[in-house]
Amino acid sequence: MHELGIVFHMIETLETVAAQNDLTVIGRVTLELGEVTGILPDYLLDCWRWAADRTELLKGAELELHQIPAVTVCNACGRTYATVEHGKICPHCQSPETVLLRGNEIEIATVEGY
Amino acid sequence: MDRIKIIDVHEDVLANNDRAAEALRARLHDAGTLLINLMSSPGSGKTTLLNATLDAVADRLSIGIMEADVDSDVDAYSVQRHGARAVQLHTGGMCHLDAAMCEQGLRELGTQGLDAVFIENVGNLICPAEFDTGAARKVMILSTPEGHDKPLKYPLMFEVSDVVIVSKMDVAEYFDFSLEELERNVRMRNPQVRIMPLSAKTGEGMQQWIDWLLGEVAAWKA
Repeated sequence: MHELGIVFHMIETLETVAAQNDLTVIGRVTLELGEVTGILPDYLLDCWRWAADRTELLKGAELELHQIPAVTVCNACGRTYATVEHGKICPHCQSPETVLLRGNEIEIATVEGY
Repeated sequence: MDRIKIIDVHEDVLANNDRAAEALRARLHDAGTLLINLMSSPGSGKTTLLNATLDAVADRLSIGIMEADVDSDVDAYSVQRHGARAVQLHTGGMCHLDAAMCEQGLRELGTQGLDAVFIENVGNLICPAEFDTGAARKVMILSTPEGHDKPLKYPLMFEVSDVVIVSKMDVAEYFDFSLEELERNVRMRNPQVRIMPLSAKTGEGMQQWIDWLLGEVAAWKA
């Protein structure tokens, strides 16, 4: 639901990256997106197209998403499991003492431009 | 044509926001103003709780309020009548406040002489939980008609909150609401959280909340 807010923060970061690396045009951006961020890829791409095309730097720039599967670790038995499938309760030992290990990333990985 | 460069960035998209939030928190700490992010669904009683809180601490604390709404300014008018300095922030269709919007609102409000500022965040249990506004404390309100299963549906909101206020306790008996089940569902996600059942309308349970607020303001200034 907050895809537009995420896109605005991405553009802000990309403008800084462009300034630091003397880029005037960015043609392609790859984003690592965790499975349980609550971000819907289709909405994110729609918001990206709308907002990116309104900037000089990112007009027409392609956004490529790399999805990262969510993994939870159990503090009771030390084992890991797929978060989306099993949720908060450890499927190995039924403990609720679990912590999300990965799957919450929204990270700009690479930027291509000149 | 210029040579195309490929740059490895590996930067969290919200890193800028988190840095801005951290800087804002530090400035407010120096100024002795406690910023509290108040979050809930629409209609859970944020404005009613704020009005009752303002009346209860009128002679002890100076309070400012930033109302964040997609549009309208009805809430800002309401709290001003109860003696708060208030500004209305329009998020322009966005579902949450971030640190930059919050900072802009604080400049407009002016924090000079204020002991505490409440952000009345956009009514929504999902997005406001994701963005650090620079607030020192996060308080969420769950009203009894919403049901005790909400922590299962919106876990992040319950995980990030310091206090969960259970509002509208005066009408709990008319709804299928169990305080015990709610407490169990919340603590599974956030064992340290303070849970405060109350009714801003009848005053039941309000003292605990007011004492918490006075204690947090004193600790922030210490």
